[in-house]
Amino acid sequence: MLKRRIIPCLDVKDGRVVKGIEFVELRDIGDPVEIAKYYDASGADELVFLDITASTERRQTMLDVVSAVARKVFIPLTVGGGIRSLEDISSLLKAGADKVSLNTLAVESPDLIKRAAERFGSQCIVVAIDVRFEEGDYYVYTYGGKHRTELTAVDWAKRVAELGAGELLVTSMNQDGKQSGYDLKILELLRAAVDIPIIASGGAGNAEHVVEALETVDAALLASILHDRKTTVEEVKHVCSANNLPMRFVTTQTD
Amino acid sequence: MNVAVIDYGMGNVFNVERALQAIGCYVTITNDPAEIEAADAILLPGVGAFPQAMQSLEDTGLIPLLKRMATEKPLLGICLGMQLLFESSTEGMPTPGLGLIEGRVERMRAKRLPHVGWNSILRDEDVYFVHSYHVVTADDNVVASADYMGERVPAIVRSGLVTGMQFHPEKSGAFGLSLLKEWKEAVERETATGN
Repeated sequence: MLKRRIIPCLDVKDGRVVKGIEFVELRDIGDPVEIAKYYDASGADELVFLDITASTERRQTMLDVVSAVARKVFIPLTVGGGIRSLEDISSLLKAGADKVSLNTLAVESPDLIKRAAERFGSQCIVVAIDVRFEEGDYYVYTYGGKHRTELTAVDWAKRVAELGAGELLVTSMNQDGKQSGYDLKILELLRAAVDIPIIASGGAGNAEHVVEALETVDAALLASILHDRKTTVEEVKHVCSANNLPMRFVTTQTD
Repeated sequence: MNVAVIDYGMGNVFNVERALQAIGCYVTITNDPAEIEAADAILLPGVGAFPQAMQSLEDTGLIPLLKRMATEKPLLGICLGMQLLFESSTEGMPTPGLGLIEGRVERMRAKRLPHVGWNSILRDEDVYFVHSYHVVTADDNVVASADYMGERVPAIVRSGLVTGMQFHPEKSGAFGLSLLKEWKEAVERETATGN
């Protein structure tokens, strides 16, 4: 039976993982490889690396991070943030990424979703949608939530699925950072609108919130509740499993 | 052990290379017949559509060599590379495959495709799948299968020296690596006994 997925999201700046990670057992708490290995061992089903580097050297730095992680951790790796072209996607995939996540670029050049899917396969194209509920509907935002577009989330989701996106990563801006639970309404609307896998993001404060989301969608992206050690991947999975959601448990250990 | 990973422009061969290196294989990514003949085993990767993949293989001129090699040394096909081992596929247009294992490739019936994510095989261990087509072959050829929305998905197939994995062992964590290791050890036994 197909499992629901738990996906830790790591923010990377200048080649280092940032944001309050306090894993005492790690020798170097900012080392992407160490952190990736930790999450792999704790049962993470995939990893997302979000590049938040502002500088112009971002590209090569991120390629180095991906390549170092891909040599040690053998679960799917997704990279998002600052992707500008098919060439950027190609370099990331060659470095060891399995998927890329497109957001602003997808909205500004929808044709690029199609070309990327044709060239690299739908399976490696994730479209990230930042949504905010206002004036009676869910609107799509770009530029890290700064710019409101005229697109509604449901229309945009249908469009990107037709263009060849392999998965959707949906972040509720209303809920993001509040830790009071996901916006279940938008997850249900999107689930009814498209057949491609949906990854929920934004709002999880505890494992029960993850259960609520995974009753509707395929995967949950987790950041602060893991980094702040409010819970662990293992604990979330056990709670989900106790609520009859099919989860993967790691039984084979790396040598 | 030296593995020739066939380079024919279909998908990411580098993650397969990294995984093989992690279990102690020497890897040559190649479409050079001499290098393929010199290897202990052959790995046929592949992501994408069946007709384009067969066309790309055709363009390398390697098909007759691969057919001969399959009777002489172990050959492992992964994902689309596994599907190419069969006689034909209905993806896009009906296309003949390598015909190394009897059977055909058909679109899955499940409402929600692709079948993407972790699904259990063998001893209830999970591996990472991404595909919309699956193989239809005799039970004797199927070593392990998964269940997706009520449909049986052959996950590992074997016939003679030819093995196929529908999922991505190189992306299936420690268990995926252990499956590649089992294959490697089988190849080494094969090589040692001179079969």
